[in-house]
Amino acid sequence: MFNSRHMILAHLWFAFASFGVALLLGEWQMFTRSPLSAWISNPEWYYRSVTAHGTTMAYVLPTLVAMGFGYFVTEKSLMRPLIGLHWAWLGFALVAIGTVTAIVPVALGLATVLYTFYPPLVGNAFYYIGVVLIVVGSWIWVALMSVNMARWKQDNPGAAVPFPMFATVAGSYLWGWTAVGAAIELLFQIIPVALGLRSTIDAGLTRVFFSWTLHAIVYFWLIPTYIAYYTIVPRAIGGRLFSDQMGRIAFVLFLVVAMPIGVHHLYEDPEVGSGFKFMHTVFTGLVTVPTLLTVFTICASVEIAGRLRGGKGAFGWLTALPWRNPTMLAVAFSFVMLGFGGAGGLINMSYQLDTTIHNTQWVTGHFHLIYGGAIVIMYFVIAYDIWPHLTGRALDCVGLIRWQLWLWFVGMIVLTFPWHYVGILGMPRRMAFYDYANPALAGDAASVVMSVIGGAILVVSGVLFLTVLLRGQTAPRAEPGLYRFSVPARPPRTVPVALNGFGLWLSLMVGLTIVNYAFPIVNILMTPGAAVPAVMVGTRR
Amino acid sequence: MMQERVASSRIGWFTAAIGTTVTIAIVAAIVGFVWLPSLQTDAELHGIWDTICSAAGLIQNRAAHAPVVQADYPTTRVELAPQMLEGASAESIGRGATLALRCTMCHGARGLSEANSPNLAGEFPETIYKELMDFKTGARVSAVMAVMVPSLSDQDMRDLAAYYAYLPRPSDAAVGEPPPIVESGAPLRGIAPCGACHGEIGHKTGAAWLEGEPEPYLRAQLDDFASGARHNDIDGQMRNIVRRMTPQEIEAASRFYGGRS
Repeated sequence: MFNSRHMILAHLWFAFASFGVALLLGEWQMFTRSPLSAWISNPEWYYRSVTAHGTTMAYVLPTLVAMGFGYFVTEKSLMRPLIGLHWAWLGFALVAIGTVTAIVPVALGLATVLYTFYPPLVGNAFYYIGVVLIVVGSWIWVALMSVNMARWKQDNPGAAVPFPMFATVAGSYLWGWTAVGAAIELLFQIIPVALGLRSTIDAGLTRVFFSWTLHAIVYFWLIPTYIAYYTIVPRAIGGRLFSDQMGRIAFVLFLVVAMPIGVHHLYEDPEVGSGFKFMHTVFTGLVTVPTLLTVFTICASVEIAGRLRGGKGAFGWLTALPWRNPTMLAVAFSFVMLGFGGAGGLINMSYQLDTTIHNTQWVTGHFHLIYGGAIVIMYFVIAYDIWPHLTGRALDCVGLIRWQLWLWFVGMIVLTFPWHYVGILGMPRRMAFYDYANPALAGDAASVVMSVIGGAILVVSGVLFLTVLLRGQTAPRAEPGLYRFSVPARPPRTVPVALNGFGLWLSLMVGLTIVNYAFPIVNILMTPGAAVPAVMVGTRR
Repeated sequence: MMQERVASSRIGWFTAAIGTTVTIAIVAAIVGFVWLPSLQTDAELHGIWDTICSAAGLIQNRAAHAPVVQADYPTTRVELAPQMLEGASAESIGRGATLALRCTMCHGARGLSEANSPNLAGEFPETIYKELMDFKTGARVSAVMAVMVPSLSDQDMRDLAAYYAYLPRPSDAAVGEPPPIVESGAPLRGIAPCGACHGEIGHKTGAAWLEGEPEPYLRAQLDDFASGARHNDIDGQMRNIVRRMTPQEIEAASRFYGGRS
């Protein structure tokens, strides 16, 4: 019998099983290019692994978590069954088929292009078609989120959309629009070449289109985490949400400012003018606004929990917090990693500072700390929080969960801090082979070994995570009770109409995208002779 | 979750959101397109419109200010694309076989040289086509080839390429392990592995199949790239690589590929 619980579990199990495999690949990559391992001689194996790891971690895991959690939030916050269950299954099937379609050519060595595609490098067409299927499957989710909210509003005229649903729909719209860039790149630039219909490709144009997707996709990954901050954390630690409206403002601001910023990935690319690079820098800077609003609101919400538990004084509420509660631990870890990662991000987004770390291991360290650390640790919290409601069984191994979260936090710090450091020393990223016997690289060896150890700790944590979920799946049946989201400390009497819908914010999102992207795209399109011969992946005999 | 009501005021939010966004965009544009470029003392910008166009990324004709540097020798004019000469017809291969009769003295009856000239049997067609074109335009200099190519038409060169690509290669049984320069390159000197373009690890369009080529020929070509005597490589790729290679690496690479025959 297919119901929404099975459907959501299918999403999450597929996501986390892929995550487990990709985690092992990641650690193998760290190991094989470290001084601990003899060089494997053929970099092809390394890049195959990097492509599979990146594709799974960047496209499959977050998309399925956002989709599954989105369906869960829809049912629980609107308190009625999901509209379009069959469509949801179809979306899941497309993502699952797309994943297999993409990964098989990668495993066969036919699409070793890394998950960011790197045109004019072109691999087997099935890899790109698989990625397109994943995106199309997720667009079904985007449509379902929109339909469910619209129908609820129809049936509840004058009532404010519940905050968890509002935030989820914001995330879905952001994804729907940001995925358009990569979709255009794949459908009109790369796939025709991969199918042999064309032999040249405009690398500058494809990179601009990918940048359209590349940065806002990070906020799409981030949004389930932010939803968990606002709607799970205060309730799970016995507090109240400091402000419902502040949360709504944070999410609509993400919609507006997360899009027109992707060119900060192209600071070294000559195809885009310096004026547009500056515009994108300014809007990248503005992303700190919704993030700092969130940090403030969540810290205030946590303080409320501390004070409700009897904490007094300026700092007494900190010691009164339920530190043995896994959610409390995770949100603290997440904030620490967000803080360090965000500080590093300020360097990435600065036109001049970026030149010192561009294409170095700093960048790899940065996105692992933010995404693998601050974001994914909250995916664990989401899974733990909703698992009993999906399985109808208790998840009572709290000790194991605490170990898992601690290990993920420690592992991620041990992995990424040395990674940042070697990046400052100038160690390039995307390289398979480093000759540590060379005096110029010998100084990096110890740091790289530390990262390998950090990765190993993460693997242990990943195994514990899957173990906890499996135990939850096989535990005795238990009635989980009604699922509750956080409640605001001071419930607002009214919600401004602007914060109950998306018309204004979507208009600003599209408008700013046009302002910041239209001219660079048209300019490159009008530049004669910008296309270069494609470079096909693989050897040839 | 409790039921909250929606307030009706829309106009304030609308004005504030649009106003703030537009203000930020305009200020950012003025700073990014006018003020910051105007502080660049090394850029030759003439007036505000020129400044804005430059910051917008428009490619302008600046020939008057910065003359384009031209090489004082012929460079290759061939543009290669993947699969460009694939799927040659039997007729093309047959014509190529007839045309190749004049090549046999150096390149052997079946494309395998006994005179340390390049083996052409099984070579990639676009590689042969490019080299013939370069000999014809003078981008690649050879006293012998210079007299062979002037009469060849574009189609002749395509046919010759098709014929030699069709012939079976010499056996490429491995002789020993590849040396580090072939397998790993020298990343600290910016040298990619030979195998990344010339086979085993990867193949890049235009790069020749080297295995089984005569060792003296390979060594001579690498030396010529290093000295600049050979300069028909696209964007100077081989010249830039070989200049950074040590004599030992040149020797090791030549011996490895030359030994596989």
